[in-house]
Amino acid sequence: MSTETPDIQIDRDKGNFRYTESHKYDAGVGLNEGVIDYICDVKEEDDWIREFRKKALKVFHSKPMPTHWATKDLENIDFDKIRYYLAGANRASKSWDDVPDDVKQTFERLGIPENERKFLAGVEAQFDSEAAYSNIKESVGKQGVIFVGSTEGLLKHPEIFRKWFGKVIPTGDNKFSALNSAVFSGGSFIYVPPGVKVKHPLQAYFRINAENFGQFERTLIIADEGSEVTYMEGCTAPKFDTATLHSAVVELVAMPGAKIEYITVQNWASNVYNLVTKRAIAHENATVKWIDCNIGSRLTMKYPGVVLKGKKARGEVLSIALANDGQHQDTGAKMIHAADETTSNIISKSISIGKGRSTYRGQVHMPKNLKGCKNNTECDALLINNNSRTDTYPAITVRGDKNAVQHEASVSKVSAEQIFYMQQRGLSEGEAMSLSVNGFVNDLTRQFPMEYSVELKRLIELEMEGSVG
Amino acid sequence: MSESSEVVSKIREAFGRHIEDLDTAPSWWKDAKNEAFEQFSTLPMPTRKDESWRFANVKNLGLDAFKFAALPSIADAAKLVERSDFLDAYSGRFVFGEDQTLKADRVSPELAEKGVIWAPLKEAISKHGEILKDYFMKQEADLGSAKFAALHHAFLENGALLYVPKGVEIEDPFVVYNWSINEGSAIFPHTLIIAEEFSKVRVVEANLSASDETTAYSCGVNHIFAGVGASVDYTLLQNFNEKTLGFQINSNIAGKDSNVKTLSVNVGCEHYRSETHGQIKGPGSKVEMLSLAVADYDQEIDQRTLQTHSAPNAVSDLLFKNALVDNAKTIFSGLIKVDPGAQQTDAYQTNRNLLLSNSAEANSLPGLEIDANDVKCSHGATTAQIDDEEIFYMKARGIPENRAQELIVYGFFEEILNRIDCEKLADRAREIIQDKFRKRLR
Repeated sequence: MSTETPDIQIDRDKGNFRYTESHKYDAGVGLNEGVIDYICDVKEEDDWIREFRKKALKVFHSKPMPTHWATKDLENIDFDKIRYYLAGANRASKSWDDVPDDVKQTFERLGIPENERKFLAGVEAQFDSEAAYSNIKESVGKQGVIFVGSTEGLLKHPEIFRKWFGKVIPTGDNKFSALNSAVFSGGSFIYVPPGVKVKHPLQAYFRINAENFGQFERTLIIADEGSEVTYMEGCTAPKFDTATLHSAVVELVAMPGAKIEYITVQNWASNVYNLVTKRAIAHENATVKWIDCNIGSRLTMKYPGVVLKGKKARGEVLSIALANDGQHQDTGAKMIHAADETTSNIISKSISIGKGRSTYRGQVHMPKNLKGCKNNTECDALLINNNSRTDTYPAITVRGDKNAVQHEASVSKVSAEQIFYMQQRGLSEGEAMSLSVNGFVNDLTRQFPMEYSVELKRLIELEMEGSVG
Repeated sequence: MSESSEVVSKIREAFGRHIEDLDTAPSWWKDAKNEAFEQFSTLPMPTRKDESWRFANVKNLGLDAFKFAALPSIADAAKLVERSDFLDAYSGRFVFGEDQTLKADRVSPELAEKGVIWAPLKEAISKHGEILKDYFMKQEADLGSAKFAALHHAFLENGALLYVPKGVEIEDPFVVYNWSINEGSAIFPHTLIIAEEFSKVRVVEANLSASDETTAYSCGVNHIFAGVGASVDYTLLQNFNEKTLGFQINSNIAGKDSNVKTLSVNVGCEHYRSETHGQIKGPGSKVEMLSLAVADYDQEIDQRTLQTHSAPNAVSDLLFKNALVDNAKTIFSGLIKVDPGAQQTDAYQTNRNLLLSNSAEANSLPGLEIDANDVKCSHGATTAQIDDEEIFYMKARGIPENRAQELIVYGFFEEILNRIDCEKLADRAREIIQDKFRKRLR
């Protein structure tokens, strides 16, 4: 294992900034068994986890990259140049002055309060965030809800954690789930007891920042029978992360009659490979809803899925993707129907600006012996510039009795008449365009919690700037 | 899967005999065939990992059961010619059995005078070499079957060449019948249509088995070139017996302001793969791609399509409908590809599947790849079973359940059959579909 801390060579093309780092724990550059031992030692993990990680490392090395359908850009990831574990007490010794002006301006224009800005830039607010986090923990804790980091979950609640961990997404599911299984750190563990309906959304907004270098976070949410929970992650502000590879694994388990809503609004810096595996199991009468909003990143590959395992289970994916110049949003959804009368709904909207490319990739599967299953999929793509690009690749397999599937996709550009009409009323072309785009995603953003939909709207406005004329 | 070396050497030996038999053919023809055979030998057999073979059962593609380039003995040729009666009125008719010309009805002297060429390929090699050099096998098999297209090129012996000069409009269709006759035979039907500027032509092809009992292999290619303002209407009725392994690789190039319509009725074969590439190369053109398929028992019908828009202001419209019974399986995998600069493209792609049993499997992969922004592109796919209420309604009027189901299927296909311009041909297609359901009752 390497303990030296060589110079960090990270691509900081855009929206990033350099600051002095001082990490208490650093597993060094590259990935080998030594790194895993290091992580286990630091985290004081049990032997079974150590074994689990090492097995996963072998799987990671043995699995090929998804080559035949995936973008060639994946080949540019150099796994030997990545730091897989960084943690420590005084991580970020930087000041607000170090934050570049354009980043500050972005915060300003998003209307984010001063304190929050500093926090988002990773400058300070540790105390504030911990406090906020504690408050949430305390209020839900009274209902018997467990809401902790995955490391803590593993140590303090092994009886629940171990039962479900790696069960929804097995290590060998794909190369990146194997990678995550080997080096995971950070992420949330939530357990909601039977019948408990968590009133307020649980947010990972603060949590993930508390583990700022958790590029491989692992989240496990179990909603026990008849319970309900909403979870939100990410932040609506631009996230200036130094990570070049973000590979999370999120597993959701909705027990009979439970409801889970999982909301992600992400805006990574344009140097981040965001390769995430998200999947849920929905038991009888359970509902799982993924709301997924992807802005930013260099390449996102993320296809949230639901395995509809119990009768009358329901799965939903609502997603918005915005790909600007040099970005590729390869997103989609998977619905695996595995019980009678299960229903699923996928609505995906994407916007491509400049040379941005958005891709929808979907899978709907209904095997034989099932009856009364239904799926509806709608994909709409909006192309802003004449060099923008969009793709749609759904794969649908249907068998069984009284099962029905419908898929529809359309590609269009912003209506010239609409723009003309708005310009007639004094809006600039850019404003009109951004209003149009917001209108395009409006029926989806309405389903987001208020503060998210407002900031999302502003983000879209920002991204739209300079896209016309 | 890969072919065993025994099978490969058997095919190579057969190819050697095939080339020897071509002693009078020009050397460029033989060279191209040798090259094609080498290509066939080097290209790998498709596997399930190939994206363009997703969901297909590649185990059924073995070639060991078939005889390549065996000298055919054709009994009852006259009877087959008699059975080649789909249309009464035609501008020209070829009846091929085991790739041999059983009957060649030539064009009228008037058409010949206008420069229309309608010739069996066997004859065209020496007489119309210049045209063949420009157009023959000039469209790539780019939807996964390059290996089988190479096999086709290597072993092809005959086929139809239709050349329509500038401005010539022909009302009655040209008809080609391809019969597979003997046990274990391998046939390679080929149809090449070249429609020059502002010409208009219709072609009907029927692929048939002389009996229900013979195992056979058919690997056909159809290429259409439509010049500026030309109009080509091509219909294929595929009704091989259910012991046939079939490939059909279609490709067409639509020039400026041209209209190209291809329509397939696929009923036969145990395992059938069809590939259709509509290439929109000229602005203002319109390409229609239509297909219907009925699959029953353990049949697999695998359909791959591509609509490439390389020019602006063009329309493409695809509609593929499948009805599935028993354990049948269909695959529809289609892509609309709009190249940069192909603005004002209007492209549609629809796949509808009707499941008539609980164990039938419909796979649908409709795709879009859009590189221009001022376009209207959409695709849709639906898979469902017949509504109980519809059946109930018909039963209440004294129609037995089986019959009711059948009627709904006929209705389901009418949307496509209506788009066949020739009523007689549409009726033939209806009969083929009805026969298939009647056979089930026997």
